[in-house]
Amino acid sequence: MRGTANERRPWTFYALAAFFVLFVLFLYGPMIVIYVLSFQGPNGGLTFPLNGVSLHWFHALIAQERTGDIAGAFRRSIGLAAMVTIFTVVFSVMAGLAFRRRFAGASMVFYMAIASLIMPGLFVSLGIGLVFQSLNMQPTWYGSALGAQLTWTLPYGLLIMFAVLGRFNRAYEEAASDLGASNWQRLLYVTLPIVLPGIIGVALFGFTLSYDEFPRTVLTAGSTNTLPLEIWAMTTNVTSPALFAVGTVTTVISFIVIAVALTSIALIQRRRARRAGKANESTTVS
Amino acid sequence: MASDSRNGEIELVSVTKRFGDTVAVDSVSLRIPHGAYCCLLGPSGCGKTTILRMIAGHETPSQGDIRIGGESVVGRPPVRRGTAMMFQAYALFPHLSVLDNVAFSLKMRGVDRAARQKQARELLSKVRLEQFAERMPAQLSGGQQQRVALARALITNPRVLLLDEPLSALDEYLRLRMRGELRRMQKQLGITFVHVTHTQLEAIAVADILVVMEQGRIEQAASPNAIFDTPRTAYVARFVGGQNVLSGKVESVADGIATVRASDGARFTVPLRGAKPAPGSQLFLSIRRDRIEVAKTGSDSAVADEVNMVRGQIHSIEYQGSYAKVTIDLARAEEFVANLSDIEFGRTPLEIGDHVLARWSTADVCLLEGADGADQKAYADAELMGG
Repeated sequence: MRGTANERRPWTFYALAAFFVLFVLFLYGPMIVIYVLSFQGPNGGLTFPLNGVSLHWFHALIAQERTGDIAGAFRRSIGLAAMVTIFTVVFSVMAGLAFRRRFAGASMVFYMAIASLIMPGLFVSLGIGLVFQSLNMQPTWYGSALGAQLTWTLPYGLLIMFAVLGRFNRAYEEAASDLGASNWQRLLYVTLPIVLPGIIGVALFGFTLSYDEFPRTVLTAGSTNTLPLEIWAMTTNVTSPALFAVGTVTTVISFIVIAVALTSIALIQRRRARRAGKANESTTVS
Repeated sequence: MASDSRNGEIELVSVTKRFGDTVAVDSVSLRIPHGAYCCLLGPSGCGKTTILRMIAGHETPSQGDIRIGGESVVGRPPVRRGTAMMFQAYALFPHLSVLDNVAFSLKMRGVDRAARQKQARELLSKVRLEQFAERMPAQLSGGQQQRVALARALITNPRVLLLDEPLSALDEYLRLRMRGELRRMQKQLGITFVHVTHTQLEAIAVADILVVMEQGRIEQAASPNAIFDTPRTAYVARFVGGQNVLSGKVESVADGIATVRASDGARFTVPLRGAKPAPGSQLFLSIRRDRIEVAKTGSDSAVADEVNMVRGQIHSIEYQGSYAKVTIDLARAEEFVANLSDIEFGRTPLEIGDHVLARWSTADVCLLEGADGADQKAYADAELMGG
């Protein structure tokens, strides 16, 4: 079914291609504009043309008095995302393993866990904020906001673990038991290493979902802001390209996180391949 | 006690296994002596794998007892049974090298690295894979993977090795080679092997004891030779031996030989071997495919009817090298198969559509127990010819 170069493509090809180009422009165009404008010169404004090229607005980010506490918000967001990642991985993996047995009330527990995916995030936030207030507890980013974000990341993590464990062959575990592994040894030496790439996927999801979470965090973070909240606040009161610099920096951070995750998956696979490669050499020699 | 722990005699005492409402294994009793090579043979879903998994300790019987070396092992974890299992498709750990796979059980027992690797290398050299020790399982061929699985199971020094369809992941050529290898290994180790398969020829080739199963029950457990010569039921006759099964009502009994009359009037004689059927009762009998003589008759029925003879038209001829499988359509819509040796086949050239008669002697007829089992027929044929 491979078309030759001379073969005329149907008109639908061009229509769909045009649509796709529009989509890509719509997706990346505004982001690219923001990245470019973040390098605006010191005297430049929020719009084109570029009035020189500088890193001025990146410096301005760190100088707290001009733009609010961007550096602090960033630290809090990273800290929160790290905590969310750890909780999400630990509980999703455990829950995923638990759901392989049909325990009493399994589907009930499952639907309750999944329900928070369809609840409007703002109301989750509102509810948690209200409860904290009525209990006379101070909402904080590391307390109430952490809980609010977990209502969002845990069901995702669980669903990913279902997919990961669905492909996992139980015979590996039986073989481990057959060879004398205790339940813990089986988990540690067989199950977890085999599903490790999937677990990294859960971690990646947990991190990125938390890092740019807004609706569930906005009313639960208390008196200090996470990065998305800080940026939101800036859009209303900062009228300098420093706003765009934030966009550039956060995007870079996101890419770094994704790169770290993908690299670690690749490294795991390469380490296996390299050990195997060495074996190949030694066999050709012998 | 030391000798006891090496005793690989397996005894199933009225073992039943239910999964919900389904009875997978129905009150099965079986004794496999120490050092025997036992094959559990049957179509998929007959309960053979469930029995294996219950012996291994991966399933618990709903009722009954399982004894190994005279001791009940029900409730014991696999590692305390002295059994080792080779899984279907081997279940080699994909993230561990061949060496670490083989050394796995020693690692679990806390044997230090140097000692366990030394022992694993010794086992790998036993299966002639020492040069592949550092490879990952995915880089090995099917036959090599099977040998790794064997080494990994044997490092626990088991008294019983349980093999779940050990050859099904291999191609035809390797299957034949590896089954000989398994047989040789079992004799060398002197431990009990229990091997689950759905392939008749494989089972016949390796087993000391052949256990033919159907719907959670044992149809017959005996040596392959006994099962081939004297199948107990029509099911065994068709599934294992690929034999022809005929039936008729008892007309007369004399000198331990019954004459039965089929619905179309044909008469067959069958040695009773102690059985005492009532006149008029329905008997089933089997005749081996390779004991049948085929002769052309032409379209007219010039040849007179005699005892132990059927007529029909050749439906198909399959040349198999050392013999030819000739399938004859009988008038009553049944199939009758004769395996003619290549010499015989060369002497009497036959064509599809020829009118023929098939004859055999009373001595080659075996009396069967129980019902017809005709519903299994198509399956049994397909399986046997496939294997």
